[in-house]
Amino acid sequence: MSELDPAEVFRQEAADLIETLEQALLDLEKRPDDSELVGLAFRALHTLKGSGAMFGFTAVSEFIHEFETAFDRVRKGEATADRRLIAAALEARDHVAQLIDDPDCDPERGTAILSALKAAVCEGAGVETGASEHLAAPIVETGSAQPVAAGWHVCFRLPADALILGTNPLLLLDELRSLGPCDVTADTSALPPIDFIEPQSCYLSWDVTLKAGVSREAVDDVFLFVRDDMELSIEAIASESPVAAAIMAPVIAETTTVIEAAQPMAAASEASAPKPKAAAASSDRANAAKSERNATLRVPAERLDELMDRVGELVIAQARLSQLAEAIHDPSLVNVAEEIERLTASLRDTTMGTRMVPIGTLFGRFRRLVHDLSEELGKPISFVTEGEDTELDKTVIEQLADPLVHLIRNSIDHGMEPPEKRAETGKAATGTLRLAASHRGAEVAITVSDDGAGLNAERIRRRAEEAGLLSVGQVISEGELNRMIFQPGFSTASEVTALSGRGVGMDVVKKTIDGLRGSIDVDTTPGKGTTVTLRLPLTLAIIDGLLVRVGEDRYTIPLAAVEECLELPTGVAADGRGRSFLNLRGDLVPFLKLRDLFHTEGEVDPYQKVVVVSSDNTRVGLVVDQIIGNNQTVIKQLSRLHSGVKTFSGATILGDGTVALILDVMHLVAYGQKLEERRRAETLGRAA
Amino acid sequence: MSKTILMVDDSASVRQMVGMTLKQAGYSVVEACDGQEALQKATANRVDAVITDLNMPGMDGLTFIRQYRASPASSGVPIVFLTTESDEGLKAQAKQAGATGWMVKPFKPDQLLAIMRKVAGA
Repeated sequence: MSELDPAEVFRQEAADLIETLEQALLDLEKRPDDSELVGLAFRALHTLKGSGAMFGFTAVSEFIHEFETAFDRVRKGEATADRRLIAAALEARDHVAQLIDDPDCDPERGTAILSALKAAVCEGAGVETGASEHLAAPIVETGSAQPVAAGWHVCFRLPADALILGTNPLLLLDELRSLGPCDVTADTSALPPIDFIEPQSCYLSWDVTLKAGVSREAVDDVFLFVRDDMELSIEAIASESPVAAAIMAPVIAETTTVIEAAQPMAAASEASAPKPKAAAASSDRANAAKSERNATLRVPAERLDELMDRVGELVIAQARLSQLAEAIHDPSLVNVAEEIERLTASLRDTTMGTRMVPIGTLFGRFRRLVHDLSEELGKPISFVTEGEDTELDKTVIEQLADPLVHLIRNSIDHGMEPPEKRAETGKAATGTLRLAASHRGAEVAITVSDDGAGLNAERIRRRAEEAGLLSVGQVISEGELNRMIFQPGFSTASEVTALSGRGVGMDVVKKTIDGLRGSIDVDTTPGKGTTVTLRLPLTLAIIDGLLVRVGEDRYTIPLAAVEECLELPTGVAADGRGRSFLNLRGDLVPFLKLRDLFHTEGEVDPYQKVVVVSSDNTRVGLVVDQIIGNNQTVIKQLSRLHSGVKTFSGATILGDGTVALILDVMHLVAYGQKLEERRRAETLGRAA
Repeated sequence: MSKTILMVDDSASVRQMVGMTLKQAGYSVVEACDGQEALQKATANRVDAVITDLNMPGMDGLTFIRQYRASPASSGVPIVFLTTESDEGLKAQAKQAGATGWMVKPFKPDQLLAIMRKVAGA
């Protein structure tokens, strides 16, 4: 549509409408009862009236209004469109056409036509025809002569569906604010608990104090469209005196300036603050250093154990509380439950923290040991330690002392060559023994490495076969062969020294580490050295776990070992045979179906999930039915009867009182690795 | 981004007048000449507000409001209807159908803008 002169557009349109009107009237003469024709005529009049008024054709509009009022009776069935009425209406139509061309033409004729028309419709009806209502007044009419109040106190609550139906409370508030300064308070008391909130419903009500002397109509007008369905109260603020409004305004203005002025002041005071603060801090530090020496308390270990037990019970009780609160949906109870949850978590961390000791306390002891051994065996050794501040549970550290002594002895005695031999192979005369600790996920890794001769695979194999640990010609992996040295009664030392070689010791290491639910790895390069890695779970009491469901049962996976969760691709799931590998961004990751592993029966979830766990850079996927979420896992040891079970490292009690077994990630990863090794062997076999 | 307003009226002159006023005030305007076209335009693209006449050939305003409100596209969209008579019955029907506000014809551009600011914001 081109931007024509609006009046011209109206004229064209009016011509069309008048045409329509005429047609309708003529047809109506033939079929007086056709209500559709009446409607058509009425609509034409209606549009003419509306548009006419808007484009300045006031005379047309006023005339048609009367015409329409009269004709409306026909529409409502109060009058029939007889010949006389049609004649009058046609005459009126002609007059409209004239009025559009010349608004000032012949007003008397217009009046005459209208009376004729009214007479025609009112025949027999006997209804007064005089004062028909005037053109609808414009909607906004402000500025009444009423006494003006100092302000208004407005309370309103919108119907719940107001937001959906396009009412925006913000705009209402903005409109109120445009009248004068407002204090707005939202009343949230009707807000349901979050689970029941319909985001599109309006639950709030507002309390607005409008501090401006505007008329009540102006305030009313804000709520023009919503007034009918809403709760609205508008009260004048007790106007102490007519001057109040005038006084109030400056006061408000003043307060705002005061607030604004206060901000730079606060900023300024902050800027000037650092100096004294810094001084205070340095003196604080001095004090702290002084008191630090006295700050350690010696507490019997069993008291700490007891505390840990209590915290464990508390965590379980708290889980039950959370579950109850969730079920009951009482917001105040949920609040308390959440508070307790936070407190419990921090209490747990603090309590466990009291038991954590830096491993450096242990490393210190070995300095002397290394020194003594070095003297005794005539092997100069430099002893390097790393990661002394790695923290471990105190009981774990205590138990680590013995195995580490054995490992260090073994390294120095068997691993390190005498200095003359080292010189032959071009190594520095002084050997290096490295003892390092570091965090790796949910584990702490402790490595003892030397730059000695390394393990002699030949000799280990021979010794193992002699001891009957290995049948002659049996194929085992390098790692498994290396682990042979931890078998009881195993020693490859050619001669027994005062320190080692009697075959006692390394098996003690294994036993202790197993007891701590840890693992041992041996990595050796002939001529270059040996590294023994001990991996230990970080804590022994409470861990963060990922709760999963397999069939009807629930299991917990230590969260720190979890790398990612994903859905099992359907194509992969279909492969029912033992070989199960998942393509994870280009890497083949073996996965274990826990259903198969646990011989779980019952319905299989159509969308199985895979939890990818890792231990020392090796990953394995665990296929479960459902991932429930993370939970605080208080580790309960399995009974002695079940302590031989490999797949589970313990059990925990859930919020509802049921028991969930804790999966032993290290073991499962090892199992997965075995699967992969087998796959490799198979592919190699096929290739050969 | 300027707000888009759907203007529904069978009268080209009213559409032009409303369209010009709104465009000058910075709104984008989409026009439709009856309920059927309006329904199609209002559901095809998101509009920020709808102004509709009630008396229209084809699908009338009331039917349009009812059908539009039945569609999730209308959620939160204010609908203002135009009415010439101060017919309370019709007003109630339109509100019942889901209209947000109304405007009495004839109206001046200022009144139109005041109403649009009220229901749709600037």
